[in-house]
Amino acid sequence: MRTPKICILRIEGTNCELETSFAFTRLGASAEIVHLKQLTGAVNERERRNLKDYDLLVIPGGFSSGDYIRAGAILAARIKGALGAEIADFIENGSPILGICNGFQVLVEMGLLPGPSFGFAHEKGAIQRVALTTNDSARFECRPTFIKHENRGKCVFTGGIEKGSILKMPCAHAEGKFFIAEQEGEWGEVMEYIQLLEESDQIVFRYVDPEGNYAPYPWNPNGSVYNIAGICNPEGNILGLMPHPERAFYSFTDSEWSRRKRKGEGKKEDTCFGDGKKIFESVLNYISKKSYL
Amino acid sequence: MELNVTIKLKRGVADPEGENTKKALNLLGFRDVRSVKSLKSFRIEVEPGEGEGEDEEKVKQEVEEMCRKLLANPVIHDYEIEVVKSERR
Repeated sequence: MRTPKICILRIEGTNCELETSFAFTRLGASAEIVHLKQLTGAVNERERRNLKDYDLLVIPGGFSSGDYIRAGAILAARIKGALGAEIADFIENGSPILGICNGFQVLVEMGLLPGPSFGFAHEKGAIQRVALTTNDSARFECRPTFIKHENRGKCVFTGGIEKGSILKMPCAHAEGKFFIAEQEGEWGEVMEYIQLLEESDQIVFRYVDPEGNYAPYPWNPNGSVYNIAGICNPEGNILGLMPHPERAFYSFTDSEWSRRKRKGEGKKEDTCFGDGKKIFESVLNYISKKSYL
Repeated sequence: MELNVTIKLKRGVADPEGENTKKALNLLGFRDVRSVKSLKSFRIEVEPGEGEGEDEEKVKQEVEEMCRKLLANPVIHDYEIEVVKSERR
């Protein structure tokens, strides 16, 4: 079988591309950090890359273009302007896209999440109603979070994760509050929208406390509506989430690693890998199945 | 031609930065401060157009396009465009 090829997008200001590439490399995929310019062709022939040659596109976390204007706005505009058609083909093909943290913000800015059927942002007729805005605390929130897997099986990134299981991953962002616009200033509309997301199985992760209850701040670090931490598109091949799975790939990057080890908790394999691994594993699984078909 | 673009949050969208600033001002003794809203502004200079004079409306429309495409997020933001300097020859 062919080794899956992963494209990890980099521009000025992204800073999680290395961890992300380590995670995929560790699982046997061939991960490459690719600058946006290499995809758009503003480089010499040797450096040129084609999005079509990859099985997965990752927009990693960080502070693309310094988070100027809004987090992710500049990168989103640049991708849309220079790579719009290629991205559309990529998605059409069923190839998965993963957006972590800043990447999630980019996907929402581009209108790829919650997805075209929910309206492409900035296009005539369709209205994007979702945004990731400033945290309720108005501060950069950097802490471990617990997220509960809510997807019923559509999302290709969580195929290997049981529904209802709780994962621990760090989050680190200032603009991660999942926000749904009210059109006529009525709260009921927001709940209706959430129901739509729920019905089409697009809610993937929700913030919980360690016991698994949907809890407010600090368990929900940013004040997201309905505690939403991550969503996918209606087809399930695009996932965006605020917490960082690549920072929870190994168990020793967890803040409580040594304490857990002393207590002797967890099975042997758990003492090596953290919860984030499952996301990478699941999508690689999906890719290998897809290329087999 | 120079234009000021002011981006502000729509009504109903929480403005934690403004809230916190208000709290801090109150604590500093400015008790009359009733509310603080955070705004963001850009000063944009546009090359004067070719031909006779410049078409202010056209430039304004272009800046509006800029707002829609990048400067503002229509989900949470309203924007205002104001001409601060027009170059009449």
